[in-house]
Amino acid sequence: MDTFVQQLINGLNVGAIYALIALGYTMVYGILRLINFAHGDVYMVGAFAGFYIALYAGFAAGASLGTLILVLLGAMIIAAVVGMIIERFAYRPVRKYSRMTTLIMAIGVSLLIENLFVAQIGATPRAFPDFLGSQSQAPYRLFGNAAISKAQIVIFLVSIALMLLLQWIVFKTKVGTAMRAVSFNLNSAKLMGINTDAIISLTFAIGSALAAAGGVLTAQYNPNIDPLMGILTGLKAFVAAVLGGIGNIPGAVLGGLLIGAAETLVVGYGHHIGIASTYRDAVAFAILILVLLLRPSGLLGSTVQEKV
Amino acid sequence: MKRTSLALLLITTLCFSFACERRGSGTNATDGGGEIVIGYYGDLTGRTASFGVSTKNGVEMAADEINKAGGIMGRKVRVIVEDDQGEPNKAATVVSKLVNQDKVAAVLGEVASSNSLAAAPKAQEAKIPMISPSSTNPNVTQVGDFIFRVCFIDPFQGDVMAKFAANNLKAKRAAILYDFNADYSRGLREFFTRSFKGLGGQIVAEQSYTQGDRDFSGQLTQIRAANPDVIYVPGYYGEVGVISNQSKQLGIKAPLLGGDGWDSPQLWELGGASLNGNYISNHYSVDDPSPAIQKFVADYKSRYSILPDALAALGYDSMRVLADAITRAGGTDGTKLRDAIAQTKNFAGVTGSISIDKDRNAVKPAVVLKLQDSKFVYDTTIYPEGMTPPASSAASPPAPGYASPAAATSPATGAPAPPPPTKAASPSPSNR
Repeated sequence: MDTFVQQLINGLNVGAIYALIALGYTMVYGILRLINFAHGDVYMVGAFAGFYIALYAGFAAGASLGTLILVLLGAMIIAAVVGMIIERFAYRPVRKYSRMTTLIMAIGVSLLIENLFVAQIGATPRAFPDFLGSQSQAPYRLFGNAAISKAQIVIFLVSIALMLLLQWIVFKTKVGTAMRAVSFNLNSAKLMGINTDAIISLTFAIGSALAAAGGVLTAQYNPNIDPLMGILTGLKAFVAAVLGGIGNIPGAVLGGLLIGAAETLVVGYGHHIGIASTYRDAVAFAILILVLLLRPSGLLGSTVQEKV
Repeated sequence: MKRTSLALLLITTLCFSFACERRGSGTNATDGGGEIVIGYYGDLTGRTASFGVSTKNGVEMAADEINKAGGIMGRKVRVIVEDDQGEPNKAATVVSKLVNQDKVAAVLGEVASSNSLAAAPKAQEAKIPMISPSSTNPNVTQVGDFIFRVCFIDPFQGDVMAKFAANNLKAKRAAILYDFNADYSRGLREFFTRSFKGLGGQIVAEQSYTQGDRDFSGQLTQIRAANPDVIYVPGYYGEVGVISNQSKQLGIKAPLLGGDGWDSPQLWELGGASLNGNYISNHYSVDDPSPAIQKFVADYKSRYSILPDALAALGYDSMRVLADAITRAGGTDGTKLRDAIAQTKNFAGVTGSISIDKDRNAVKPAVVLKLQDSKFVYDTTIYPEGMTPPASSAASPPAPGYASPAAATSPATGAPAPPPPTKAASPSPSNR
C-alpha cells in the first residue's frame, strides 16, 4: 500500500510539470487553433534561464526557498519574452496563410531553438543548483515507507498556486475576458474593439511563463538539464492537453496529472500485466492514439461542432 | 522583408553547424618518413561529453610528451580529433572518415561500448588497428583482430563489484537498476548477477531505464519496496547523479554501487551530497602513491587544472601503448602494427601493468573507490583470477624516451597474465 501511494505521489509530481506545460499548448490552441510545437523548447529555455540567473547572480551559494522563488520569477519573465518574440516574428507573419504553414513554422522554430542551444552551449547536461537542499535531506515520512521530499512539496504547491492564478486571470479579469472572446471568434472580437494581436501575444507570454516555471521546478527534483530536454517532455505535455481536451484549461491540468500517474504506474506495476518499465514513454503515445480513436474531443473537451 | 531576415538567420545557423563539422578535415597522412597521424574519436559535445573530453586530454598529453622526447623513431605524432556526439551512427561515420580520408595509422576511441561497437567494423574493414581506451563490454574486441583495448572487461568489472558487495559490505540482497539501451550497462548487470548469485547472494529487484530519462522515482520506489542491502547501478554519470539524488529523496539508505561509467567531475554537480557512501569499481585511483601515477596526476593537473579521472589515464595509456607498438613494429603498416599491439606485455601504464591477452583485452586489477565529499577515495584493489598483487604498486615509473621500446616493454612471455614484478607476493585480501 505504501508503495502504491508512493508511486502515486511520484506520478502526480511528474504530472504537475506536464500540466504546467500542457496549459501553454491548450491556451495557444484555444486562441489560434495552432499546436505550438516550440512550446517544449520554451520549457527548456525556462530551465536554462533559471540556471544562468542562479549562476550569474551567485544564488547557488545562498540557496533557499526565497532565492528559488526569485529564480523562478526571473525565468518566467525571460521565457514570457521569448514566447512573445516567437509569436511576433514566426507565427504572426504567417497567421494569414493556411494552418499547415503555421504548423510547419512551429516545427521549424522548435528545431531552430534546439540547435541554437546545442551549437552555443553543447548537448552536455548541466546540473541545476539544489535550492532546497533535498539532495542531502531525508524526506518527510507519511506512513509506512511512503514519503514526500521537500522538492516534491514545493513542486505541488507552486504548480497549484500558478494554476489557480491562471484560472483567476482567465475568468475574473478584463484581459481574461478578452482572451476568451478571442478564442470564441477572433474577427468578432476585433470588431468589439479588442486588440487581438496584443491578446494573442499575452497568451503566448502566459503560456511560456508557465512552461518556464515547470522547467525550473522539475530541475529541483531532477537537476539534469540539457538543450534537448523539451522534446519528449513537450510531446507528453501535448498528449496531456489532447487527453484533457485541447483548448480546455482544467482539461490540460487533468490530462497532465493522468499522464504522469499512468507513466509511473507502468514503471511500478506494468510487469504484472506484461508491460516492461521501458515502455513508460510509449504509454503516453498509446494514450494519444486511444483518445483520438475513442474520444477525439478529450475528457473535458466540448463536443459542439465548430461553426466556420 | 521579415521573411528574408528569418531565412538569413536560418542560413547562418546552418553555415555554423557545417563549419563545426569541417574542422580537422583535409589532411593526408603520408606513410614513410613524415609525421605519424593518429585518429581519436569520442563524445565531445553529447550526453557523455565528459568521457570524450577527458580521454582526448589524456591522448593529447601523451602525444605531446612523446613529441617532446623526440617522437616515435624520430617521427612526430599528430592526433586528429573527431567528435561523434556520443551517437553510435556518428561514431561509425567519423571513424570511416579517419581511416579512409585522413589515412590515419591507428584509431583511438571510444569510451562508451555502444559507440565502439558501431565504429570498430570500419577500422576492421580498413585493416587499421583501433585501441579503445576504456570500452569494457567484451563484444568490442570480438569485432575483429584489429580491435584492442587497454582496460579490463565487464565480466571482471561486474565480478569485482559482486565480490566487494558480498565480501566487504556483507550484502545478501542486491537490487539492480540498469540502462536498458547501453551495451555497457546490460553487460555489467549480467556479470554482476551471475557473480553475486555465485557468492550466495540474491537479486531482489531489477529495474531499468533508458539514457536521457529524467525521472527514476518509479523504479526506485519498487526497489525500495524490495528492501535491498545494496543497489547496483551500472550506468553513466548523467543519469546516475540524478538516480542518487532521487534515491535519497525517497529515503533509500542502501548504498549504490557502480562502475567506471560514474567517473566524471559532473557526477558531483548532479548528485551532490546524496552520493556520499556509494562505491564504484574503477581503473585507477588518483590517491595511489606510486611515483608513476603521482607524476601523471601532477603533470595532468598543471596542464588542465583538474584531477585526471580514469578515462584521462586510460586515454594517456592507450596513446603510449600505441607509440610503443609502432616502435616495435618499425612503422605504421596496419598488419605489422596489429601484431605489435597484440604482443604488448607488462607495459607500465599509469592504470597498471598492461598485457594484451589472446582476446585483445588488457588483463589488469581494478580498484574500488568510495564516494565521499566530492572525492573518489581509494578503498581496496581487486585482482583478476591468477594475478597476484605486488608488494608495492603495480606500476613502475614511466620508461624514459619512446625511442627505446625495450625499456618500456619487457620481453616476458609465457603465462597469459604474468604477475608484475613483485618482491613478496602476499595473498589478495579480497580475492578468492
